[in-house]
Amino acid sequence: MTYGQRNLYRISLAAALALASVASANADVIHVKVSGFAFVPAQISARVGDTIEWVNGDFFSHTATARDGTWDVPLPAGRAGALTVKKAGPIDYYCRYHPNMIGRIDVMKR
Amino acid sequence: MLSVRLAGALSALILVSGAAAAQGAKPTDPQIAHIAYTAGQIDVRAAEQALRKSKNKNVRAFAQDMVRDHTTVNKKALALVKKLHVTPENNDTSKALVKKADAERESLAKLSGAAFDKAYAANEVAYHKTVNSALQDTLIPSASNSELKDLLSTGLKVFQGHEQHAEHLVETLK
Repeated sequence: MTYGQRNLYRISLAAALALASVASANADVIHVKVSGFAFVPAQISARVGDTIEWVNGDFFSHTATARDGTWDVPLPAGRAGALTVKKAGPIDYYCRYHPNMIGRIDVMKR
Repeated sequence: MLSVRLAGALSALILVSGAAAAQGAKPTDPQIAHIAYTAGQIDVRAAEQALRKSKNKNVRAFAQDMVRDHTTVNKKALALVKKLHVTPENNDTSKALVKKADAERESLAKLSGAAFDKAYAANEVAYHKTVNSALQDTLIPSASNSELKDLLSTGLKVFQGHEQHAEHLVETLK
């Protein structure tokens, strides 16, 4: 590695670290539409600490409920509900009222 | 038992299409609104019976879902007919649906426990199949008002979900 390459390596490492700290300081809000009896998009990726917000555009009540029963977000007609994901791993969820509505969140580490 | 119920569903279906055919023309919007509203009310009544009789957690949750969704659709339907100045009109298809539902409710009333749960779930599958076919093949194509057509199409989507949900319920009760 030449001096120049080493320097470039240091700079890019610093940039990557800076980027990572900015990202963790600013957890994202990820929007999922609930419309026409479907979660749109049905599959999303998130990072630990991000918030998922479901906006129910249907005139029917729905829920976003973890398949393993760890959380249950009520989504009344025309209203929104949110959840902050706290640990990494895939989460399958569904609507308790309409079990054929299914979704998935892939939660990645920060 | 199941074949009897299937036969019952089929005859109801024939009755529905037969009644429409007997009138010699496609149903009018006031008739369609009446049929759709009646079909919803019937399922709410069936669910209320299940909520009085069943102790099964899955059956009760399903019945609550039926009350919630069918009540929602019917509220929308009432608001729409009011807006369109349409007066729902009773007709042979609505009458046939009510007659069939009354007979079904009486036969379910004689059952209890697991026998009731199974019969209610099987009937919900058959009923939603009947109503969905009627919506798809007759009511939606016949509706002339576009808002009515849209509401019926939304209803079909909801009730197809119910049909799958009911099929799943039948599986859990085996």
